[in-house]
Amino acid sequence: MALSIVHRATGIALYVGTLLLAWWLIAAASNSAGAYANVQAFTGSIIGRLIVFGYTWALMHHMLSGIRHFVWDLGFGFKANEREALTWAALIGGIVLTILIWIIAYAIGGVR
Amino acid sequence: MVEFALPKNSKITGGKTWPKPAGATETREFRVYRWNPDDGKNPSVDTYYVDVNDCGPMVLDGLIWIKNHIDPSLTFRRSCREGVCGSCAMNIDGQNTLACTRSMHDVKDGAVKINPLPHQPVVKDLVPDLTNFYAQYASVEPWLKTTSPTPQKEWRQSHEDREKLDGLYECILCACCSTSCPSYWWNSDRYLGPAALLQANRWVSDSRDEATGERLDNLEDPFRLYRCHTIMNCAKACPKGLNPAEAIAELKLKMVERQI
Repeated sequence: MALSIVHRATGIALYVGTLLLAWWLIAAASNSAGAYANVQAFTGSIIGRLIVFGYTWALMHHMLSGIRHFVWDLGFGFKANEREALTWAALIGGIVLTILIWIIAYAIGGVR
Repeated sequence: MVEFALPKNSKITGGKTWPKPAGATETREFRVYRWNPDDGKNPSVDTYYVDVNDCGPMVLDGLIWIKNHIDPSLTFRRSCREGVCGSCAMNIDGQNTLACTRSMHDVKDGAVKINPLPHQPVVKDLVPDLTNFYAQYASVEPWLKTTSPTPQKEWRQSHEDREKLDGLYECILCACCSTSCPSYWWNSDRYLGPAALLQANRWVSDSRDEATGERLDNLEDPFRLYRCHTIMNCAKACPKGLNPAEAIAELKLKMVERQI
């Protein structure tokens, strides 16, 4: 049940995080350099980075957890051990993917 | 609708601690939910001490010992005492299960905490009102429905077709699964719940039944079937080791398959 709640919570968090993404895209598309700098300043700050890090995790976790639900909807993975394995895979996989993405992001993007 | 807090008259207040049995060398603490519809008071949790050397190993043995030796007013359902009737389903140490098949020694440290099945109206103490639950079972019309002429002898079924009912026919309707399901807690007026849906799948899967289409039509509803969000509490709770979540997934698959 706990992971079912987490799936829903990350789903709700994605709505908020996607607003941030929309803000970034709109700023990038607009002609004003100031608008884009504002977004960069926010996402580059400690709080901004924390929020974006949380958004990355919510996205990764929700994606893997969604695949888990997809497997169940196809009628597989219902035995007790399979259930547990899928659940742990989504939880650990989400954290690992998030950290990997951030390592890659820092490696290619550098620290600003 | 979703209710996160208990209504005022359901809040648990106080409770009596009964004296330890005289002369007992080894006791086990039982904390049991009590509510009497006649005294107008809120529910409480009473503490009892069971003499484990004078009592069988199961939680139900403990409850019967309390009723015989300490407090005859303690009310609970029980019948077969071997996990085939489903009467003594209750919440033991936070898990819905049968009191007769759960050993009190498997309840880890501290008191054995016993409550009625969650989110059902209480009749008295550990007795829930399962009227709605049984009505939902009746709504899936759990009997063989046929239109072809009745054969001279019995309705025949191959061994393979019979095997499709394994894991479905064993359900004893104890309600452990349905009352462990958050979706059922919030929407038990419209969502059928895991037990009734497992039974629905039992009849949909029966090779002799000739009303499969109507049965699926009856479930084609945003609430009756599709309030299942694969939370999996039902499969975890079932004291018979069945898998209502899988049965519901099979129903959903059959809904799609018949449209292809």
